[in-house]
Amino acid sequence: MDWLYVLMPISGVTIFWPGLIILGIGVGIIGGFFGMGGAWMVTPGLNILGFPMAFAIGTDIAHMAGKSLISTMRHGKFGNVDYKLGIIMLVGTIVGFEVGAQMIMWLERIGQVDKVVRYLYLVLLALIAWMVFADVAKKRRKEREALARGEEVDKLATGLEWHKTFHKLKIPPMINFKVAQIYCSAWLPITVSFLTGWLAGILGIGGGLIRMPMLIYFIGCPTHVAVGTDLFEVMISGLYGTATYTYKGRTELMAALIMLVGAAIGAQVGTVATKYIKGYGIRIAFGLAVVGCALSIVLKLLAKQIPAYGAIFDGSATVLILGLVAAMSLYIFVRMVQGAKQEVAMKKAQQ
Amino acid sequence: MQNLWKRIIGFGFMVILLAPGAALAAGEKVASLVMVADTRKLTGWEAWWANLYNESHLYFTIITVVTIPVVGLLFGVLADIIMGHIGIDLKSRELAEH
Repeated sequence: MDWLYVLMPISGVTIFWPGLIILGIGVGIIGGFFGMGGAWMVTPGLNILGFPMAFAIGTDIAHMAGKSLISTMRHGKFGNVDYKLGIIMLVGTIVGFEVGAQMIMWLERIGQVDKVVRYLYLVLLALIAWMVFADVAKKRRKEREALARGEEVDKLATGLEWHKTFHKLKIPPMINFKVAQIYCSAWLPITVSFLTGWLAGILGIGGGLIRMPMLIYFIGCPTHVAVGTDLFEVMISGLYGTATYTYKGRTELMAALIMLVGAAIGAQVGTVATKYIKGYGIRIAFGLAVVGCALSIVLKLLAKQIPAYGAIFDGSATVLILGLVAAMSLYIFVRMVQGAKQEVAMKKAQQ
Repeated sequence: MQNLWKRIIGFGFMVILLAPGAALAAGEKVASLVMVADTRKLTGWEAWWANLYNESHLYFTIITVVTIPVVGLLFGVLADIIMGHIGIDLKSRELAEH
């Protein structure tokens, strides 16, 4: 069974290559569906396959850039990417990210940075999960009220509508984002991207997990456009991250390319699945993924707090994340296959 | 208005160019650590690749940064062709929240 293992030329470790493809498929599906890079899922996966942590992060970012490119291409064809919005937000994201990175250096000099970052991440994830489920609850209430009046809710109607308040700020220059169907001050996406970039810089993550809900709730993008536009940003920041990590000698290109084989398939499945699942379906699944991510961080915190059971908590966190990736990928895959079957059957019936 | 946009774009590019240097300068000063790939067991392109890593991180980075999007693009186009054979519409979708 030696042929199932491949020697990585840079890190010098021997890796079970089908594992890389399976991981690529899983994260490709989730990334293409939710519009995120998924570093929080891949890094522990690569670590389990035998990568040293230093190489796991760099390799993950390199594969993320390629995978996001594949998803962005597909989302772009569906009309889910607002390139103008993405480019404007890129400025805020980069500046915010660097400010956050500088801040973390400062926090490191003070000490206790690890704990602060993990707690901040946890609070942030809890807020995102709350936002998603409060939105879902409010939308359902609106639907019930409309039904009681004998009316029907518009198909683009949402629960939380904070973006409408932000759109009232008429600070020039005002910009019309055609794909996202938004007319607002350019400062709104710049400020939001600066804040999300700053948080990503502090937390040391790509930021897709934070940016996607912010695009929905603060900027007012329809869910599908938020996913596509976020992937466009992940692609560019992924390339930037690839350059910096590779220059530090922390990327195993061979592993990233093997993962891309799986991710190319996964990204297509995840992206096409958004065609068959309505915006709120994506939002609810995203909320559940955020809850899973938060739980894994709680377990990692417990591992540090109670060192006697550290190995158990750490192991549970990894199992939880990989279990979540497997369950979500399977759910998205099944929905995509069902939707495609239905569409093909309808086309045949029309002929 | 055009001038304002020029300034915003110019500022954006300036930040992109200067930010990595600023971030590196702010970083914690650590003792330099040299990581070397072991080329003894490698042959062919793998040996060349590992040697490139040992000799120049810059060229190694340039090739990696170019390879990733090129391969991504190739795989994307390939996956596109395969998906096209399924018979579903891959160019439009209904924008609906519920």
